[in-house]
Amino acid sequence: MHSVYLSHNNIVSGYGLDAKDAVENIRNESTGLRSVSDAEILPHPICTSRIDSDVLQNTFMELQPKEAYTRLEQLLILSLKETIKASQLKLTDRVGLIVSTTKGNIDALEPQNPFPESRAYLSRLGEKIRTFFGFQNEAVVLSNACVSGVLALAVAKRFVLQGTYDHVFVAGGDLVTKFILSGFQAFQALSEEPCRPYDKNRTGINIGEVGASVLVTKDKALLAKESVVLLGEASCNDANHISGPSRTGEGLFRSIEAALKQSGLHANEIDCISAHGTATQFNDEMEAIAFNRARLQGTPINSLKGYFGHTLGASGLLETILGMHSLDQNTLFASKGFQELGVSQPLNIIETTTPKQMTTFLKTASGFGGCNTAAIFKKVFL
Amino acid sequence: MKTSYFIQEYCHIQNGAIWRNGESLYSNGETDFKTFIKAAYKTLDLDYSKFFKMDHLSKLAFIASDLLLSSDTEKNTALVLSNRAASLDTDRKHQKSIENENGYYPSPAVFVYTLPNICLGEISIKHQLFSENAFFVFEQFQAAYLHDYASSLLDMGRAEKVLCGWVDMDDEKYDAFLYVVAKNGIFAHSKEKINQLYQTPWQI
Repeated sequence: MHSVYLSHNNIVSGYGLDAKDAVENIRNESTGLRSVSDAEILPHPICTSRIDSDVLQNTFMELQPKEAYTRLEQLLILSLKETIKASQLKLTDRVGLIVSTTKGNIDALEPQNPFPESRAYLSRLGEKIRTFFGFQNEAVVLSNACVSGVLALAVAKRFVLQGTYDHVFVAGGDLVTKFILSGFQAFQALSEEPCRPYDKNRTGINIGEVGASVLVTKDKALLAKESVVLLGEASCNDANHISGPSRTGEGLFRSIEAALKQSGLHANEIDCISAHGTATQFNDEMEAIAFNRARLQGTPINSLKGYFGHTLGASGLLETILGMHSLDQNTLFASKGFQELGVSQPLNIIETTTPKQMTTFLKTASGFGGCNTAAIFKKVFL
Repeated sequence: MKTSYFIQEYCHIQNGAIWRNGESLYSNGETDFKTFIKAAYKTLDLDYSKFFKMDHLSKLAFIASDLLLSSDTEKNTALVLSNRAASLDTDRKHQKSIENENGYYPSPAVFVYTLPNICLGEISIKHQLFSENAFFVFEQFQAAYLHDYASSLLDMGRAEKVLCGWVDMDDEKYDAFLYVVAKNGIFAHSKEKINQLYQTPWQI
């Protein structure tokens, strides 16, 4: 069986237009979360990380677009543009496109939005991205709640192994909208302060905005310095509740076990964990239980939500890309916002940026609908 | 040499009618979705109170999946569904509830259904499936991607069977076509056969 690799990548975020900008700031433990007052979104201030609209607009116009693109399309296109360019890959019919998003252009439903309501169809979003670059086949849009970003990498690998494609570009993004914030607020899950995953005094989630992208390929000649091989991946449902995680961490535990089995690694060979860590009481507790069941309680672990907030359909992809850079730099990234353990089971939370020789990491995500995904990555260039 | 897989069973729900394996199971000529799906629930003799809390997309997916899974003892069945409108049918309801300040009433019970994969959760809960889930969105029914993805899950041993298909719910328009891919069955698991079955609910 072929190995499948993650290679060239990009992150367009509040930190800047490049993955390097995000990595540098995270190394310095500098959060991208800010208190923002935007009456069009919510009547009171929200804590979020977003790309400056002028910067986004100006940078996008440099691409000389031939038609109008939505904010989300601009984010995805800007990110993919850099990833495709770095790969120097020609977009033949052997190259696929996966777009990971939960809500796509959902702001097109707003009456004052300049785009027609039809722009809210996710396949339309996939088509806009596809035609901008000239991908030859229909885009695969994956919309699987908060696991979408990491599940998209598993899907890409499966299409490569199945022979559907030789290479797949995966792009992920979602917007900070009134639609999303009003919903999470109705769940009383939104925090007005920067979120604090796994912390005793955590007060809920923040929603953030990024565009992220990566090349998934079986071709070793196309690798980047920070490339990793996707050794094992699995996705298991909790079969328990549509909006609350399992109290036993069932689906996440099963996902981790299955991913470990496929990777051929033991739990003690995982050098660090990039967890979901949304900073809600139920999510963080569920994860602590699942990681303990999988005997991973001693493994250094972080949630990167304290830097970006929850970036929804992008989050699993964003955090995997940062995991690649963390391995490449042999540096554990601090779990921003954490001070005192606030879950019932032990976890080895990374409290400060720390050098450590590493070769492997585990990425996990969990979401509404009871979905969970785990993926294990190993550094290619030691 | 790759293992060959088969389509074990399939079903359709469209235009006020339900077919399983090419045979008509139920038809009431009702076009209103709410009335139709409630009548279908009663006729199929289901007893599941959570059904009444579901949004339209989940109700459609729930009834269609029950036609194929209720008598199946295999629990390692992956769920791979797709559609065109994602959860827009419910998204519009949530959007309406937040549109003006005087009528601002967002509800968690509606918001949770603004994700298309929630119906996978509902199916997983009913049939106690701790299996692989994926929800894809395409412009129209896409046999090729579903075929390759299901084959991959079976090849990799990620599942013993895969429940695949299309469940679309868009402003009163609805269309469901589900099929089970397994190691034994009646039809070869090919893109052509999947497309043919999708287009013809009745016996060929």
